[in-house]
Amino acid sequence: MSLELKNLYDNFRDSDTIKAYAKVIKEDAAQLQYRSGASPQESGTRSINIMEVCGGHTHTIMKYGILQLLPENIKFVHGPGCPVCIMPKERIDHAYVLAMQSEVILVTLGDMIKVPGSNGSLQDARSRGADVRFVYSPMDCLKIAAENPSKKLIFFAIGFETTTPMSAALLDVVIKRDIKNIFFHINHVTVPEAMGALLVDAECKIDAFLGPAHVSVISGSKIYEEFPRDYNRPVVVSGFEPVDVMHSISMIVKQFVQNRCELETEYKRAVTREGNLIAQSLIDKYFQKAQNFRWRGLGDIPKSGLELKPEFDRYNAETIYKEILPTQEINDHKLCICGDILKGKATPPECSIFGTACKPTTPIGSCMVSSEGACAAYYKYGNLI
Amino acid sequence: MCLSIPSKVVKIDKQNNIATVDTMGVQRDASMDLMAENDVQIGDYVLLHIGFIMNKIDEEYALQSLETYKEIIQQMDEEERQRAILEDNACPNRGA
Ligand code: SF4
Repeated sequence: MSLELKNLYDNFRDSDTIKAYAKVIKEDAAQLQYRSGASPQESGTRSINIMEVCGGHTHTIMKYGILQLLPENIKFVHGPGCPVCIMPKERIDHAYVLAMQSEVILVTLGDMIKVPGSNGSLQDARSRGADVRFVYSPMDCLKIAAENPSKKLIFFAIGFETTTPMSAALLDVVIKRDIKNIFFHINHVTVPEAMGALLVDAECKIDAFLGPAHVSVISGSKIYEEFPRDYNRPVVVSGFEPVDVMHSISMIVKQFVQNRCELETEYKRAVTREGNLIAQSLIDKYFQKAQNFRWRGLGDIPKSGLELKPEFDRYNAETIYKEILPTQEINDHKLCICGDILKGKATPPECSIFGTACKPTTPIGSCMVSSEGACAAYYKYGNLI
Repeated sequence: MCLSIPSKVVKIDKQNNIATVDTMGVQRDASMDLMAENDVQIGDYVLLHIGFIMNKIDEEYALQSLETYKEIIQQMDEEERQRAILEDNACPNRGA
């Protein structure tokens, strides 16, 4: 058999395969027992809480009703979601202030459009006269900058490891072609540091991770090696299609049944241990680890963000506009329990303002901001859960 | 946000380092700046993300997965068949 493009879609969404995996998972999960030596409360069948770190997986799990296919003792904790959900308000305020400068065209990826900062969203800035543009690819900046030579284009760069090399590739072109009117505001964050930060909390209820698909395409599965080794948590790197997710869940359950704790890759057709080395070298060329990044919902996580290396300061909008950028940190609303949700200690309906004051149209906390966030997914698919 | 789309390479423009890829009938251009020189060829399956080819899809592993899925469905069908036989007292195959 030779591969056709259609296979890469249809076969990985096939309902019979999903059903077959549901059966395997059910049989294996029934064998899960607490190991001897566990406390008396912990006898009988044990439950496993799996965190899907990435919003792409949350989307698949909700869209294909995967939770309903799983036995009672296999549960999910929905992870930090997506790069948009975790953006703290003060960074959005930066984008807003930059956009309001008359000489600036602020360019970012479409996902950022609705996210409210303390003065409003970028959409609001646009309705107040700012030139804000949402593009499909960072490379679209080249055309916009060329058409507007008297303006300064600032690319508000967002994304996990998946999207970082594309920002680096744009900067590479800007430098090689000596383009004078493209600048960067960098908000790239890295996944393993956030996973580690969740596990540091002793009450964290996560037993295993479904590793992100496309972050791993770039970084390689090697970035998760510390989790089975140092934290005793298995990781299975999974593709985004529903069959991929079911297969990966089955691999995780098998590890528990067989008393293993390993890093495995289900998404072998796209992920290697080493990842995309060219993309990694582009990232290393232009970026370095920032001391700290404040994640919405999770707070400060050391070394979890990237910044431009100092030798590229002249492209750095944060340096150039330092004087006018607000420095004050803005905390989440005090009723928001996103942090606990992300650690598996609470579910969205336990938040007192879930579905009332906090809705996808008027998000208050980070998990409601994008459709990939845990609260937004519960809001949309809640009656199915 | 982190999604990317499996696509097939149909044309390569070496000069600009751009490939034209087909995603189930929709064609678009993708930068090859994240790929090694000559790594991407016409006919390759690739993952497309925000205007870039982020890597190739390994055909062998993809086919291997499809094979595994076929087997697991067969296994399920066979178990169902056995159960149906066992549950039906009058079935001539019973005990066979
Ligand atoms: S419902 Fe809103 S406020 Fe409550 S935890 Fe979720 S995001 Fe935070």
